[in-house]
Amino acid sequence: MDLAQLWFWIVGALFIGYFILDGFDFGVGISLPFLGKNDSERRVLINTIGPVWDLNETWVIVAGACLFAAFPEWYATLFAGFYLPLFLILIALILRGVSFEYRHQRKHESWKRSFDTMIFIGSVIPALLWGVAFANVVRGVPLNEHFDYVGGFWNLLNPYALLGGVTTLLLFFLSGLYFILLKTDGELHARAQKLAVKVGIITIVVAASFLVWTIIMSEFKLATIICSAIAAVALIGAVALNYLRKEGLSFAAVAVTVAAAVLTLFVTLFPNVMPSTIDPATNSLTIENASSSTYTLEFMSWVAVIALPLILLYQGWTYWVFRKRITHATIEAAAH
Amino acid sequence: MNEILDPLILSRWQFGLTTVYHFLFVPLTIGLATTVAIFQTAWVRTGKVHYLQLTQFFGKIFMINFAMGVVTGIVQEFQFGMNWSNYSRFVGDVFGAPLALEGLLAFFFEATFIGVWIFGWNKLSPKLHLASIWCVAFATALSAYFIIAANAFMQNPVGYQMNAEKGRAELTSIGELLTNKVALAAFPHTIAACFMVSAGLIVAVAAYHLSRNQHLDTMRPALKFGLWMMLIAGAGTMFFGDQLSLAMVQTQPMKMAAAEALYNTATGANASFSIFTFGTPDGQHELFSIRVPYLLSLLSTHSFDGTVEGIRELQAQYSAQYGPDTYSPTIWITYWAFRWMIGLGMFHMIVAAVGLFVTRKGRSPKRWVWRVAIWSFPASLLAMSIGWVFTEMGRQPWIVFGLLKTKDAVSPELTGFQVLLSLIGFTIVYGALAVVEFGLIRKAAIAGPAPVETADDGSDTPVPTATVY
Ligand code: HDD
Ligand code: HEM
Ligand code: HEM
Repeated sequence: MDLAQLWFWIVGALFIGYFILDGFDFGVGISLPFLGKNDSERRVLINTIGPVWDLNETWVIVAGACLFAAFPEWYATLFAGFYLPLFLILIALILRGVSFEYRHQRKHESWKRSFDTMIFIGSVIPALLWGVAFANVVRGVPLNEHFDYVGGFWNLLNPYALLGGVTTLLLFFLSGLYFILLKTDGELHARAQKLAVKVGIITIVVAASFLVWTIIMSEFKLATIICSAIAAVALIGAVALNYLRKEGLSFAAVAVTVAAAVLTLFVTLFPNVMPSTIDPATNSLTIENASSSTYTLEFMSWVAVIALPLILLYQGWTYWVFRKRITHATIEAAAH
Repeated sequence: MNEILDPLILSRWQFGLTTVYHFLFVPLTIGLATTVAIFQTAWVRTGKVHYLQLTQFFGKIFMINFAMGVVTGIVQEFQFGMNWSNYSRFVGDVFGAPLALEGLLAFFFEATFIGVWIFGWNKLSPKLHLASIWCVAFATALSAYFIIAANAFMQNPVGYQMNAEKGRAELTSIGELLTNKVALAAFPHTIAACFMVSAGLIVAVAAYHLSRNQHLDTMRPALKFGLWMMLIAGAGTMFFGDQLSLAMVQTQPMKMAAAEALYNTATGANASFSIFTFGTPDGQHELFSIRVPYLLSLLSTHSFDGTVEGIRELQAQYSAQYGPDTYSPTIWITYWAFRWMIGLGMFHMIVAAVGLFVTRKGRSPKRWVWRVAIWSFPASLLAMSIGWVFTEMGRQPWIVFGLLKTKDAVSPELTGFQVLLSLIGFTIVYGALAVVEFGLIRKAAIAGPAPVETADDGSDTPVPTATVY
């Protein structure tokens, strides 16, 4: 395997990390209007991700920067081509991020309600649009001979991509609910459990159709079939485990689902990084023609190999420090 | 109409606005992280309550500010691809590396330990909790280094070679890239300036409370700390600003010529520095000015008989080298930006020196002194933004000096309509958030440090207040 290929998988791994971690943050945000009946409950929900949302979100920054460093052409084409969806994602992430920090700064009910709304919207939009964007990459988009995207905005809203969007939305919602089950107790916990069962069943149906469509589109590529199968089994397992009240295992299984689903997209893409629908043979971006020079890749590989294990270590430690469930008492004790 | 919908012009506006906006929050993050760490160290070492109060008080302002720095930073990261895709293609091989390093080594570290610090009060041992804020402080400085090294490549490309076949610059030496002489001077200059800004905040807050005779036991030490920090950071900013001028003259002589509106090459006493100039509206002829002889020669070359190249000579030289075009930036902007940056810094130094003098041995000055002191915060923040406008606009028409022009860097298929939409969107959201953020920081600052709670066990051991969202 050459270095460019290695970096294809590293970028894939970074996006998997991002979607697993920020995915459940989005899910918690989406659950606010469904589960948070009063201010205290909404605070419990938000505080389940309080110490970690920022580091989770940083995964997309790092994924983006590594994409830039390792595949400048891919980064350029992708970000310029998907201009408006990315703009919407940015606005959503801005509103969501400041809302966590600002909602508790004042006591007025209306102040808090507006930030609750922003957290919800700021979670739904990226959860949906990341799916739309990635599905489009896999499906192929019109790229001209300079590898510039020439398809316009509406072209991105095709049925396959929209189904991809709904799939990520539901998957993230589900993993958020499983995370809440791990981090809360009492009545809120009971309601979250009920909701998780319903969302689980809908997610299975939608995700399965998306995976089947992907398999057909890949012309029954073996790797795609295997990864989709893992995703499907893990998802069904997650829902079953949740039904059996195995909270830790069901969360782990949904994380595997997200990982396998993202992997499905990456193996389907391989060895392209952005197939063109206009003259696929010459206008497609591939690992080969989109990557950086050997020197850059070599240096970056050293950094990644040393840094990534350390990163996993200290981030894991953080989750361990904040492993306790959040209760109403936690909030009240500190609520001044 | 075409003018309004030109994707190049709109993209430049958007990048300029969003970057300047991002850099309103970054200086406070960098400066306050270290300041809070120092206060907390003092608390852990001495156990004196007012240090705990100061830690949590400025910690709160730090957190309100930090959220904005993070969310506006993501926009920066994405914009290179979104609006400047040809630029990204051209320099990605070189420029992407420091950005990736920043993410892998600095941002992850920072984002993780900021969470640990905010929510870790009373959960971790005091020493470990203290270590987490020092990790944050370290990571902010590290991230600043990488981004400045990336920016320095745009000012003075090093460590690369051109690949003609691919039509792009490729990295040949990461060591050279990271030890760019512009970065080596710009980094300490910027960091020192960041400390000036946070010192300005501390002094402003302390002056506000002291002028009302409240929170004396916390605000007196805060004022003293702030004034000394202001003085030292100010001196550092000036010193490294001088180093940066030297590097700039060597790498981008046009920028210095434009900063001084020096049309013709000058030597020795003629290389004078004008403190103030009135010219004809087109900026070509000067009507009145106050000048300090030799100063420009000193600034640019550190000698009395140095020669400073003028705009006309450079224009001719560049036209011959790179083909016909205009190679000077907008002169009135660079000229005034350079003066305002330095002038506001001087104001800052005067406030610090006078402030230390009038409050010596616990004296308290007249009210207007406090009022003036409050302005040191906005003044330093303004100096900061102006400095960047000078650096970035002074580089025009280049986006990467000598290699790529800004007009060739924009995303080719981007429509003016798309950029207009995002520009309006960012402006509205950023504007609204500025109001909210300013209101929150003001409220927190005016409320002053909270009284310390004591342990539940009935003893009066002070305990930090836990944070929850
Ligand atoms: C509080 C803010 C502040 C203050 C008081 C000063 N500066 Fe500054 N200056 C900055 C904040 C700043 C900055 C915003 O941080 C810049 C933008 C780029 C950079 O590296 O730092 C900058 C850039 C900058 C540059 C442009 C470098 C380039 O384009 O390559 C020069 C030559 C100087 N400064 C020189 C000075 C001198 C001689 C000063 C006073 C004696 C001074 N600055 C005070
Ligand atoms: C945070 C401090 C910075 C500020 C305040 C700042 C400010 C600006 C401004 C005002 C412009 C517009 C110039 C013009 O339109 O004439 C600009 C342009 C630009 N800057 Fe910076 N900049 C900063 C740092 C950086 C850094 C660190 C980079 C790269 C890593 C960078 C890359 C660019 C690019 C790509 C453009 C667009 C091209 C242009 O219009 O000049 N800037 N910046
Ligand atoms: C010289 C100019 C700049 C400096 C010194 C700087 C420094 C910093 C620092 C210290 C932070 C963390 C503190 C905070 O969040 O408030 C930050 C945040 C961020 N900056 Fe900048 N920045 C500059 C310009 C830029 C540019 C041009 C980009 C685009 C590549 C960028 C990307 C980011 C990102 C993505 C974040 C969020 C990181 C996080 O989640 O922790 N910055 N910047």
